Amino acid sequence: MSNRKPLSRRSALKGAAATVALGVPLGALGFPAITRAQAEAIKIGHLTPRTGFLGPLGEYAVMAADLAAEEINAKGGVLGRKLELIKEDSVNPQTASVKAERLIERDKVACIVGEISSASCLTIAQVAQRTKNLYVNTGGNSDALRGSNCNKYMFHVESQNSMYVKTVGRSLLANNLVKGKKWYSLTADYAFGHDLLRVAKRFMETNGGQFAADELVPTDVADFSAFLLKIRATKPDLVVSNLAGNQITNFLKQYSEFGLDFPVAGFGFDTAVAWGAGKGNFFGLWPLVWHHLIDTPGSKAFVAAFTRKYGKPPENQAWGDYIALQIIAKSMSDIKSPEALKLIDHWEKGAKFDLLKTREGYFRAYDHQLMHEMYAVEALKASELKNQWDIYKPGPPVPGPSEPLEAIAATPEENACTMAA
Amino acid sequence: MSTTLFLQQVLNGLLDGVYYLLIALGLSLIFSLGGIVNLAHGAFYAIGAYLTVVLANHIGFGGALIASPIAVAFIGILLERFLFRRFYREDPILSLLLTFGLALVAEQILRMVFGAPPLSFAIPQALRGQVFIGDFIYSFYRTILLAIAVLCVAGLWFLLQRTAFGRVVRAGVQNPDMVGALGISLEPYMAAVAALGIGLAGLAGVLLAPIYSIHPAMGQEIITPAFVVVVIGGLGSFWGVVVAALLVGLAKGMMVAAGYAQFSTAAIYGLMLLVLLFRPRGLFGERILRFE
Repeated sequence: MSNRKPLSRRSALKGAAATVALGVPLGALGFPAITRAQAEAIKIGHLTPRTGFLGPLGEYAVMAADLAAEEINAKGGVLGRKLELIKEDSVNPQTASVKAERLIERDKVACIVGEISSASCLTIAQVAQRTKNLYVNTGGNSDALRGSNCNKYMFHVESQNSMYVKTVGRSLLANNLVKGKKWYSLTADYAFGHDLLRVAKRFMETNGGQFAADELVPTDVADFSAFLLKIRATKPDLVVSNLAGNQITNFLKQYSEFGLDFPVAGFGFDTAVAWGAGKGNFFGLWPLVWHHLIDTPGSKAFVAAFTRKYGKPPENQAWGDYIALQIIAKSMSDIKSPEALKLIDHWEKGAKFDLLKTREGYFRAYDHQLMHEMYAVEALKASELKNQWDIYKPGPPVPGPSEPLEAIAATPEENACTMAA
Repeated sequence: MSTTLFLQQVLNGLLDGVYYLLIALGLSLIFSLGGIVNLAHGAFYAIGAYLTVVLANHIGFGGALIASPIAVAFIGILLERFLFRRFYREDPILSLLLTFGLALVAEQILRMVFGAPPLSFAIPQALRGQVFIGDFIYSFYRTILLAIAVLCVAGLWFLLQRTAFGRVVRAGVQNPDMVGALGISLEPYMAAVAALGIGLAGLAGVLLAPIYSIHPAMGQEIITPAFVVVVIGGLGSFWGVVVAALLVGLAKGMMVAAGYAQFSTAAIYGLMLLVLLFRPRGLFGERILRFE
């Protein structure tokens, strides 16, 4: 996957011979690799699940990371050095931790970027903390990562669950789907889902709604028919999805198969799962961290470059990994150093970044969450579709232009974070 | 819960079992006759679904419904001829390794050819909608699915129990050496059984493609419950597998109906545990000498 050239015995010998020929004592230089170090590339470790139920999203992450590295290198790299990605499939939390350690100890990466599973984010963050390296989370949503598990060495480009809930929540309040209404909620039965459910429930209860039912769905469930029969009998005011990955595709396909017409909203979403549902199988209101229809010059250029390279538009996960690398490259150039501790310091001081959106963003110092605009999108009807990609009506950025970006993030009271020094 | 909803949930659970049945029957047949634990069986289900998406663009869903299982069955014949055949007399652990590897290779090939994101596919317009029978409302597509699945299972039963072909296969399950001594070569029968079993997995892929997410790892989702069905049903028993599949579907569905959805996957393993405690050979498992 990476293009590293291992130091062969022949080149080692050549190097040694050259050093001898120049009359330099071998012992003073150690290995010839060190003499090359100045010109060596800045390495960044990229870890994300490429197989399993998050694999579909991981593929977008990898494509976007490659594109970002290509663009950065085309503009001369970082600090005059080439940016080199070392990419690995993170598989699961245990493997993610082992690979993170190897990237840091053996490959000496400047930092680690990536991930989608909140559980794997946690194990990578622990390695980053222990080795005093930097980890930039591009896809793990759980609030706990920014709260009880927060850590000086982890930053979050991906939004936290609270931001997702509050983004869609505003539209739900505007459509009068919360106060006095009954929600039927389906939640993915693992760390991410539980965290999202907790945040969604807090939002619903604060705003006067209640659960008609609240179901936990094992991640390997492909058939939703038994739930759909219950939903039809319960007649809820709103069906809420806290599902993840392929679960959402299965849910969308079968909800439409059973012809149910209760309004649907989700608190977690990735465009790829809806692109994969099929014509006429997408409906409801969903939150996104970024989407390919955002009307800014930056987003348009990114969509054009990605589509040119891969033949299809990028989805939200692609933006996460693309923008994380752009932020890192820009920051390294700004502070003239690839050192993790200096980057952390720079970001904690509130450095601002272009995020391809209407406003610039920054990392909030107290929990390292990127403060930026989000979007609630509403599915288009099958008859309104012009092509297979533009499947929703883009809404305005949330929060609006007159509000602070922090308006949708969890408050310190909702999600307390204390970082050990 | 109203009586109507309860009955709907029971029927729906049984129907869910039918999907597993299509996978489990093939698994059971291939294991009973050849002693091969086919961990790659789920991969053929996935290949069936992917072929459907590709073929439906050219020959429609109806055409894909016939062509995909046949194509998958053909892959099954090749597999039997060039790989399985070398393992019939070997320790089952070897074929387990082989098929485990095959499953991984097949999944990765699907990922490399079609990409990791799910493929877009929907129920054909003509098969959409609901069936209304009194208070019952049910998906029209699933009633069609049920009809096709029942037809196939009935056909397989007839083939195995009422034809000369079936008699040889059943004799081969019990005592392959005796069948050989009578001058009958089991080789062509094995190829036919592999084609049938693997073709059925392909058929399940076609039938479920319009309603399930089509992604490279979809085979993994279905293979484990299908194995549970085979274990509960007992080896060598056609009806054992049928009853077990319906029980597994019912156990899952009822857990959801009762509001314990988080335990719906665990329930099928609980059921397996119970059955094995009281009937170690499974519900209707036959005593097969070479596996004792």
